[in-house]
Amino acid sequence: MREVAIIGVGMNKWGELWYKSLRDIFTESALLAIDDAGVDHIDSMYVGCMSSGLFVGQEHLSSLLADYLGVCPIPSARIESACASGGLALRIGFLDVASGASDIVLVGGVEKMTDVPVEGATFALSTAADQEYEVYSGITFPGLYAMMAQAHMHKYGTTREQLAQVAVKNHHNGSMNPLAQFPQKVTVENVINSVMIADPLRILDCSPITDGAAAVILCPMDIAKKICKKPLVKITGSGNATDTIALHSREDITEIRSTKVAAEKAYKMADKKPEDIDLAEVHDCFTIAEICVIEALGFVEKGKGGKATEGGLTALDGKIPVNTSGGLKSKGHPVGATGIAQVCEIVKQLRGEANDRQVKNAKVGLTQNMGGSGGSSVVHIMEVV
Amino acid sequence: MPAPKYWREIPQRYRLEGAKCKGCGQVYFPPRLICSSCKSREFEMVNLQREGELLTYTIIRVPPSQFTDQSPYAIGIVELDRGVKILSQIVDCDLDKLEIGQRMRIEFRKIYSEGEAGIICYGYKCVPV
Repeated sequence: MREVAIIGVGMNKWGELWYKSLRDIFTESALLAIDDAGVDHIDSMYVGCMSSGLFVGQEHLSSLLADYLGVCPIPSARIESACASGGLALRIGFLDVASGASDIVLVGGVEKMTDVPVEGATFALSTAADQEYEVYSGITFPGLYAMMAQAHMHKYGTTREQLAQVAVKNHHNGSMNPLAQFPQKVTVENVINSVMIADPLRILDCSPITDGAAAVILCPMDIAKKICKKPLVKITGSGNATDTIALHSREDITEIRSTKVAAEKAYKMADKKPEDIDLAEVHDCFTIAEICVIEALGFVEKGKGGKATEGGLTALDGKIPVNTSGGLKSKGHPVGATGIAQVCEIVKQLRGEANDRQVKNAKVGLTQNMGGSGGSSVVHIMEVV
Repeated sequence: MPAPKYWREIPQRYRLEGAKCKGCGQVYFPPRLICSSCKSREFEMVNLQREGELLTYTIIRVPPSQFTDQSPYAIGIVELDRGVKILSQIVDCDLDKLEIGQRMRIEFRKIYSEGEAGIICYGYKCVPV
């Protein structure tokens, strides 16, 4: 396999972008990535998108987005794995370059979620769960994660305040990210007094509905060395794993096994251990998710995620800063784009371009992106060389 | 919902029919064509146990549109006595008094109805014992 570098990243401001279409927000980010990389062409492209059919009534993104980027007739594919679509698209692009099939590859992610009413968006998102044996009974995504939270609190003594600390930290980081949808800082009191959605999760425990896109450019290391004028970032580990689609079918409701397995694969490939990671972008679709994920990634022992968050382990100045971009909580969560935005943040941090939220001496970064209640996960490790 | 989509799940929703793997004894609900554990493709039909223990729960306060008239309502994951876990609503209970570990019994109930001319959807719900 060839070594693969990330030579360009592109992302625009996320939010409720009423005046912009899906094709426009994707193309803007793709052009930013192409300009950042300084390439004059791309050989193939992959785009993560969960549900453009339900959100905007448009499928066939492989053609639409290649067309509007002006790159037809290059090969193009849309990749779907619910909220892990972006992360999975990166893995497919990585394999495309590593295998020698393509040289310059654009990997993007996009979701346009505000063209439907909130009920429509809730329905589209719910299709990531088991329609016949979960959604049929009236469960929602906040409800599924709320049940994980309830079980985690019961089993490990995780507290309501510890959950809130995840939101406080990520909104603090997001306040320094000019692209974040909700850059407002919040306090523990704000979180625990916000509107209840599914006990014990409140509105400020939940990531928002967002329009947004992000893109990166990959190429083999030998080409990157010739054309890249910025610090070179290499993908050294890539792991993908699955679990049962229904939360209730899992042996342990408090463990995200797909993330655990995907991380083990990525660590092995990169020859790294959890303690070698300088910073991580993880899938905090709900506050409890970040707690379960830092446990699954091996940053903390199982059951200690809440306590570690409260103790500042994952803060910007902590031992392993997590979600320096603001995470899904503050930056926003356009589902298909999230996995790629995580990569944009890690690359910026590794290049030393993260301004106020820059982590000192960041050399090794990790991204973790997951679909549904953890039915699929993708983990990547990136290093600056 | 299209009638066939509703109709084909009736053995599970009305009668709790699961499948027991002839290779390793694992019980699946709903039934599957291949066992995830031992890869056997031979199953026998079994009816699920009707009692179990509450593993976790939540109270849905922002429901999907077809459940608006029922909100707030409780939903939980219940481990039935033969080891199968199901997700269902918990009804006929005080929402403030639910507890992990509580005994639950499955009952046949209406889940929701699709307006004046649509299907009336039935299935299982749990009530505290």
